[in-house]
Amino acid sequence: MPHDHHDHLSPSGHPYRSDNDAPLSYWQVMEIAVRELMIEKGEVTAAEVAAQIDAMDARNPSHGARVVARAWDEPEFRAALLADATNATREMGFDIGPMNLVAVENTQDVHNVIVCTLCSCYPRNLLGLPPDWYKTREYRSRTVKEPRKVLAEFGVELPDNVTCRVHDSTADMRYIVLPARPKGTDGWTQEALAELVTRDSMIGTGLAKQP
Amino acid sequence: MGGDAAGPVPTDQHDFALWEKRVDALMILGAARGHFTVDGLRRALEDMGEQAFEDMSYYERWIASINQNLIEAGVYSLEELGSKMEEVRTRGETYGAAQDV
Repeated sequence: MPHDHHDHLSPSGHPYRSDNDAPLSYWQVMEIAVRELMIEKGEVTAAEVAAQIDAMDARNPSHGARVVARAWDEPEFRAALLADATNATREMGFDIGPMNLVAVENTQDVHNVIVCTLCSCYPRNLLGLPPDWYKTREYRSRTVKEPRKVLAEFGVELPDNVTCRVHDSTADMRYIVLPARPKGTDGWTQEALAELVTRDSMIGTGLAKQP
Repeated sequence: MGGDAAGPVPTDQHDFALWEKRVDALMILGAARGHFTVDGLRRALEDMGEQAFEDMSYYERWIASINQNLIEAGVYSLEELGSKMEEVRTRGETYGAAQDV
């Protein structure tokens, strides 16, 4: 959840807007300078910067949830997704960009989890920006070394007989987990199924919700 | 980093501030203009050294890397950056006040 600012109330009782009211930092000055220089040099326009922010804000895990729900419902689409997730999602109308997207499927024997040990590579064109924890040193360091312990912290206890596969993302190879379809959902519509698909279930740090 | 020992995964989540979203946008748009690749950004991040990963926030590292790459690509000079940053600082004491509007 976005953290709230109840501990930073102004005298009027309203939260400060932390993005605009904190003392100007060195790096914020650099951002303003870089952006304005790029505009002055004709590299970008202010409108393009704003439009890019809007486009990124519009991407969110519900897009991935529609892909997962369709894969659960349509065996042919599931096969296409596992064979070539870039094209399968692009054909659904999602702007996947230049990256390669690889879907990995959770089954009763295999659980997949994704990480980017280098930095923060994430299927952002499908799911939006990654959660903060995905970018932390702790997640990136430990997921490749002790994935079961990390998963347990997220509330996912893997039985010993389930193989855990960790996928390390790169700039041009992004993974998305196709979570296992919950039991008791036979005959559900794709819209209803999509409601069960959480962001974390597509990263592998969670499971799809039970009906 | 991968494989190093570390503590529990922090689960704090914050909304991205406007300046952070703008850094993200500049990264996408600068790459689209052909001034750098993700590899070029990554190389500049590595050059900052390990301490930068302790002392700087995520988008602080990214704007530093974008800036380094844009200067190397010749989009603007170090002098132009210095003058611009100096001028931005005179506008006000908060991010909102320092906008050129």
